[in-house]
Amino acid sequence: MNTLRSYSRGDENVLHRGAAEVIQRCLIKEPAGRYQRASEVRAALEAVQGAVLQSRHPSEETRGPRTLVLRGMEHLSVKNGDVLLLVGTNKGAFFLRSSRDRSRWDVAGPYFHGQGIYAMAYDGRSDRHRLWVSANNVMWGAFLRSSDDFGRIWTNPLEASIRFPAESGASLRNIWQICLGRDDEPEKLYCGVEPAALFESGNEGESWSLVRGLYDHPHRPRWMPSNGGLTLHTILPDPCNKDRMYVAVSAGGVYRTDDGGTTWQSRNNGVRVMFLPEKYPEFGQCVHKIVLHESRPERLFLQNHWGLYRSDNRGDSWQDIARGVPSDFGFAMLMHPHDADCVYIVPVESDEFRCTPEGHLRVYRTRNAGGSWEALDRGLPQRGAYETVLRDAMSSDSLDPAGIYFGTRSGKVYGSRDEGKSWKKIVDGLPQILCVKAAVVHMDGAPTTKPNLKSKIPKRGKTGRTKRVRRGKSS
Amino acid sequence: MQVLFKIPGALREFTGNQSPVRVEVEAGSNLLQVLQALFVVYPGLRDRVLTETGETRRHVNIFVANEDVRYTGGLATAIPAGTEVSIVPAISGG
Repeated sequence: MNTLRSYSRGDENVLHRGAAEVIQRCLIKEPAGRYQRASEVRAALEAVQGAVLQSRHPSEETRGPRTLVLRGMEHLSVKNGDVLLLVGTNKGAFFLRSSRDRSRWDVAGPYFHGQGIYAMAYDGRSDRHRLWVSANNVMWGAFLRSSDDFGRIWTNPLEASIRFPAESGASLRNIWQICLGRDDEPEKLYCGVEPAALFESGNEGESWSLVRGLYDHPHRPRWMPSNGGLTLHTILPDPCNKDRMYVAVSAGGVYRTDDGGTTWQSRNNGVRVMFLPEKYPEFGQCVHKIVLHESRPERLFLQNHWGLYRSDNRGDSWQDIARGVPSDFGFAMLMHPHDADCVYIVPVESDEFRCTPEGHLRVYRTRNAGGSWEALDRGLPQRGAYETVLRDAMSSDSLDPAGIYFGTRSGKVYGSRDEGKSWKKIVDGLPQILCVKAAVVHMDGAPTTKPNLKSKIPKRGKTGRTKRVRRGKSS
Repeated sequence: MQVLFKIPGALREFTGNQSPVRVEVEAGSNLLQVLQALFVVYPGLRDRVLTETGETRRHVNIFVANEDVRYTGGLATAIPAGTEVSIVPAISGG
């Protein structure tokens, strides 16, 4: 009840009629029967939740009732300079917080009980502190949700904000990617969805529109769904050219626009396909991830469904860089935040056996743009570790030295605060991890830490160790 | 005529926590028409029950009285006066 009162902002003596009725119904039952049906209790809780939230938010009419999470959740208390890890699983979202030393993590969650969280983002532009979540409820559909207070209150749109136009004949299955616009376009957001399409918002996510130039591309009817569906899962705005952007589609390949999304060209020359008679087609590649560094926007790296590649000419052509890796099959690929030559991957054995080779959990890193790769396994299990790291389940923070994080399909999150030299398990026992996003929170006008570009081997302070993980009470 | 809708717990935040809810519709309406009347009153239900193309979501079951409408004509199912319509999440999941 304290929660109800505190939220009512001074109306302590006023309880919404609906909430009062629900509580009354619960109380009049005999104690033995009060909790006889878990579903009834759950429904009552949700009813109280909705009843209490007679939201006075000015945009309620379009956003719908804002949902206060009421499941005994202990939310994160986030301070300036903290590092956030947003972990999406197939059964909900978990948020982790640490101070800058990244030695101890608080965990809150699960948020969005039972829902698949395929994409998340932290938007710290323009003094915002907004979490974005793609929540896919197997019953009720996929919705974009946001919170401005690190998870206490969430928007819950009356109408789906991302929706295909009626004339398209398509319906949204999932939201696979939430991408912030460039730093100097703080109102811009992009989403990649299934079936494969790109949506954009120019007003902080209040409304969204389908990017027709890509959706109407003549190649689109011939794209093929991969194991995860026909998805547009990666969006890379060129940091230096507002008219240029790259997207990756499984299985369609890489597409680039140079005119702000009006027209798109496939950019897959040199990327091999194993599942078509033609090995180097114009399009149809099952690209798993592409990355670029803001200091060298003309160069891209690509993790393919079989194949590791680099392009030095904005995707016009690609060269094989799979030298010294146990397998060139994999999903996740991560650009180092400060070093344009440094990329991380987690190879898996094959498309038939999508697990780390020989039970060794190893991250591989190149520090010479794919000239060679080194295994990073200190602190990672090297026996019986048949793990999979999915395409969006690897991330870095912007500190120096950078923190590198990844989550496994078996529900473990590992982190390195020395750029991969050594690893610690941060948390395990989570549901299947679909995505991991890291961010550093800047509050109260504190200066934004811009990456120290090309700081190749930063000096490290005293080496701390991960001492313990303090879990939230919610789990 | 009036139609009585049973709303599942997960969707009651969009009906002011009410279930069942009554909606006034023209006599002789089919399921789609009574659903559209429901969505006018409670717009948050629309995108959670139907897709953009107007189909019932795959894992949402709708019963007219005790009959699953998949076997009675889908959204064209006739709705007699006084009928109870239940929106129920399917048992699928995982």
